[in-house]
Amino acid sequence: MDDSKIKIITEKCTGCTLCVRICPFGAIKVENKKAIIDLSKCNLCGACVDSCKFTAIVLDKGSVAKKDLSAYKDVWVFCEQKKGVIQTISFELLGEGKKLADKLGGKLCAVLLGENIESKVDEVAWRGADKVYLVDDARLKNYQDDSYTKVLVELVKEYKPEVILCGATVMGRSLISRVAITIDAGLTADCTGLDIDPKERLLLQTRPAFGGNIMATIITPNHRPQMSTVRHKVMKEPELDKSHKAEVIKKKYNDNILSSRTKIIDIVEEIEETINLSEADIIVSGGRGLGSPENFSQIKELAKVLGAAVGASRATVDAGWIPYSHQVGQTGKTVCPKLYIACGISGQIQHLIGMQSSKVILAINKDPDAPIFKVATYGIVGDIFEVIPALTKEFKKILKK
Amino acid sequence: MDCLFNEQQIMVRDLARKIAQEKIKPVAAHYDETEEFAWPIMKILSDSDLFGVYIPEAYGGLGGGITEMCLVTEELSKACGGIALGFAGTGLGTFPILLYGSEEQKKKYLPDIAKGKRLAAFCITEAEAGSDAGGIKTNAKKDGDYYILNGTKQWITNAGEAEVYTVIAMTDKAKGARGASAFIVEKGTKGMEFGLKEKKMGIRASATREVIFTDCKIPKENLISKEGMGFIVAMKTFDNSRPGVAAQAVGIAQGALDVAIDYARKRIQFGQPISSFQAIQHMLADMGTQVEAARALVYATARMVDAGIKDVARDSAMSKLFAGDMAMKVTTDAVQILGGYGFMRDYPVEKFMRDAKITQIYEGTNQIQRNVIAAHLIKESLKASK
Amino acid sequence: MNIIVCIKQVPNTTDVKIDPVKNTLIREGVESIINPFDTYAIEEAVRLKERFTGKVTVVTMGPPQAENALKEAISLGCDEGILVSDRKFAGSDTWATSYTLACAIKKIGAFDIILCGKQASDGDTAQVGPGISTHLDVPQVTYVKKIEEIKDNLARVERMTEEGYDIVETPIPCLFTVVKEINTPRLPSLKGMMRAKSAKIIQWTAADINADPKNIGLDGSPTRVVKIFTPAPRKGGEILKGDTADVAKQVGTLLKDIII
Repeated sequence: MDDSKIKIITEKCTGCTLCVRICPFGAIKVENKKAIIDLSKCNLCGACVDSCKFTAIVLDKGSVAKKDLSAYKDVWVFCEQKKGVIQTISFELLGEGKKLADKLGGKLCAVLLGENIESKVDEVAWRGADKVYLVDDARLKNYQDDSYTKVLVELVKEYKPEVILCGATVMGRSLISRVAITIDAGLTADCTGLDIDPKERLLLQTRPAFGGNIMATIITPNHRPQMSTVRHKVMKEPELDKSHKAEVIKKKYNDNILSSRTKIIDIVEEIEETINLSEADIIVSGGRGLGSPENFSQIKELAKVLGAAVGASRATVDAGWIPYSHQVGQTGKTVCPKLYIACGISGQIQHLIGMQSSKVILAINKDPDAPIFKVATYGIVGDIFEVIPALTKEFKKILKK
Repeated sequence: MDCLFNEQQIMVRDLARKIAQEKIKPVAAHYDETEEFAWPIMKILSDSDLFGVYIPEAYGGLGGGITEMCLVTEELSKACGGIALGFAGTGLGTFPILLYGSEEQKKKYLPDIAKGKRLAAFCITEAEAGSDAGGIKTNAKKDGDYYILNGTKQWITNAGEAEVYTVIAMTDKAKGARGASAFIVEKGTKGMEFGLKEKKMGIRASATREVIFTDCKIPKENLISKEGMGFIVAMKTFDNSRPGVAAQAVGIAQGALDVAIDYARKRIQFGQPISSFQAIQHMLADMGTQVEAARALVYATARMVDAGIKDVARDSAMSKLFAGDMAMKVTTDAVQILGGYGFMRDYPVEKFMRDAKITQIYEGTNQIQRNVIAAHLIKESLKASK
Repeated sequence: MNIIVCIKQVPNTTDVKIDPVKNTLIREGVESIINPFDTYAIEEAVRLKERFTGKVTVVTMGPPQAENALKEAISLGCDEGILVSDRKFAGSDTWATSYTLACAIKKIGAFDIILCGKQASDGDTAQVGPGISTHLDVPQVTYVKKIEEIKDNLARVERMTEEGYDIVETPIPCLFTVVKEINTPRLPSLKGMMRAKSAKIIQWTAADINADPKNIGLDGSPTRVVKIFTPAPRKGGEILKGDTADVAKQVGTLLKDIII
């Protein structure tokens, strides 16, 4: 019995291997000039279908009766607040959300949960929100998975947004995953590009996979809302328009909705991490080339001059030179600042995965063959202990510090 | 050489390799520099059950033999010959119990050693008794249910760190070699002290100290085998342990060769990698061939021991002799290939060269090995011609 | 204490290379490994077992060869491995994957703690852990960096945040996703490896776990991949030439607009 959803039409297949090369899961091979799909590896992504010039691959993407989704409208941005301060990622999302809302002919709405946050309505209105769903309650002061999920689910059920955007932050990733399961919605994580297919009213969500080695565009054809978490620093904050006003919809919920099984005992802020890596515009990172933990002081000084965050390679973290919270790369943080300065970092693939989408990369390394130079916008081959102080001095001069 | 090992041996080797490459290699230079004893690594080896590879299952080990012991020693030595000695030195200290210990002694000591809870050390060398083991002065005097030990052992590997010591001492000086006996002494026994840590040229991550006995009173149950068996215990111990020293030498040489090849491929001179020059290629070819030849000899001997062949003294000596001399040559050539960089401590090859030297010296100098080998060859020829 | 660890077998990214000519992923000869983040979940589970006694069951959804990942987990101290494998699962997105794993966990029965890595290194979504806890309707704490104590059916843990960490208390049963900071995974032991070699991996199909066909595989996945492409590789840039002072000046000029 062949119940597979993907098939090769052998008569049409010429064994050209185009599909073999495109398959991101290594699931296709050509034997006797015919393609064969290893179904245990195939993820039914359909990359091969598009690649085949002979329409020899067919994929049954499921023909569920199309639901009536016309009740869903507007683009929502979940605005993350901590200690009553709206996080900059939310502003970036309002900027992007506005563009999507315009293409869909809908409104841009902000969702604001917290305690005593009504005063923050203007901040989101000035950044384009036409409507603000406001739930102000002491029990929403700090993020809790249960209460936040239930409130957002109630709002979605009542007001039916077409699109929800949320930051790909610790809070965002934890919250939106739960919401998507509860309301049976599609969710795409960590998007770096968003667009609209106006005809089908589909959100085109583009995200990196395999550590940024491939990109995938993902849609949610038959479920609403269409939900995405979006990376920091990818979208641009909108211009402030202090004349823009938003309609405020205040909601109250009962104990059942606002209760939480988990309880926050304490919130600890670590002093070492003065600047949040994922929010930083500039990151100065140090690697094994520093030679010893003490030499991180040079990195820190350069970072201080630039108002930058301090990053680190895995090797330095593993060696105990600097806490894990500074680690950039596959097992650390993925960052995309405007400027990334890599000092004494050779550029192992695990590190590159975490920083190669930075806008400008400046690399300093004594080895001219270091892989870091393959991704660097600007490279300096030299001794970091000479170059870093020289740069620090130069930047000080420019910044008149 | 995979085809020569069974599934369990390959598993042991691969795990030892993983630990060596992931855990030891990054800290090898540190321990060489500081001369600290690498307890964190001993903990990893112990958690991974590696200390028990050559100990029978009945005593909590894995039930392997000298082959397993050599595989682990070689792999660890590729990363650091000094750290590897924490393992191999324990093996040396354990053999007297394993080979000649009573059932009670085995039950008492082997399970902890197999788990890596206690390290072991073997004490034979003295200031005036190096190659000439007959010069041993440490004596053990029977006193009722006890023996009283007096004397000083020198250059004892793992001393101070190990918990279980097997000691060769004279019970009857008048009988010469036949008057020596082997004892087990536990760390912490009154009258047992350690000298200052020696400052060494190589294998600096291993601990080498004097062990000093002053009226050290041990129960008579701690005598291994019978009085007068000391030299036989020692000689059989060395027959079993010498392939381990040889495996250490092979590991050190392989470690240096790996660095040299990698360097030769990357180092550009005259516009091309130096590995494209025939002068370098021939050096690499000789180094590789010598390492493989030594390895073949080591594991052939290890398999002989594991097969239960009684007299392995000749082959054991041959593998230690050949591998030790080979390691010295190969590591010296590795330094040469790296040129100025090889001479610098920033690169690991000079350490391999310093570490290699000891394998020509300890557990019988390579000159003594030649004596042993020659004596066997001549004896065999005599027998054949009769 | 009954602990369940959910793991995923992923390609080792260290091995993944890009074909410089065709600009595509070279997958040949790429080794499959346990998702690096899941190794911390396995280690934490084994440590919990050592602290409180109990049993660690490790479960994965994947192709038949994912059995190797389960065996490796057993060599690291897990007691039992369950492979949830069926061609019907092909094309699962995070919704369907978390549904499938939740069904398998229901079949396993009573548990106290479920541990997951914070995300998988091939998909990077961080959605499956929270998805499982939602399907099972148990509380979750994500990004856990320390399990401080477990007492009287309450667990007190530290959740890593962008600024530091929160100390959170949760009733058990519950689900944690863990970060690298929580522990240093041990290496396998020889005895563990031998146990793994002879261990029998339990195999479950979609029917075995009573999964609703509507909710699994492509049919159970709200999202669809419509396009996969390789981003233009980042081009190596300019190597700045000159002495140190000169190079610093050039950098100043080039980066002036960004740093001010």
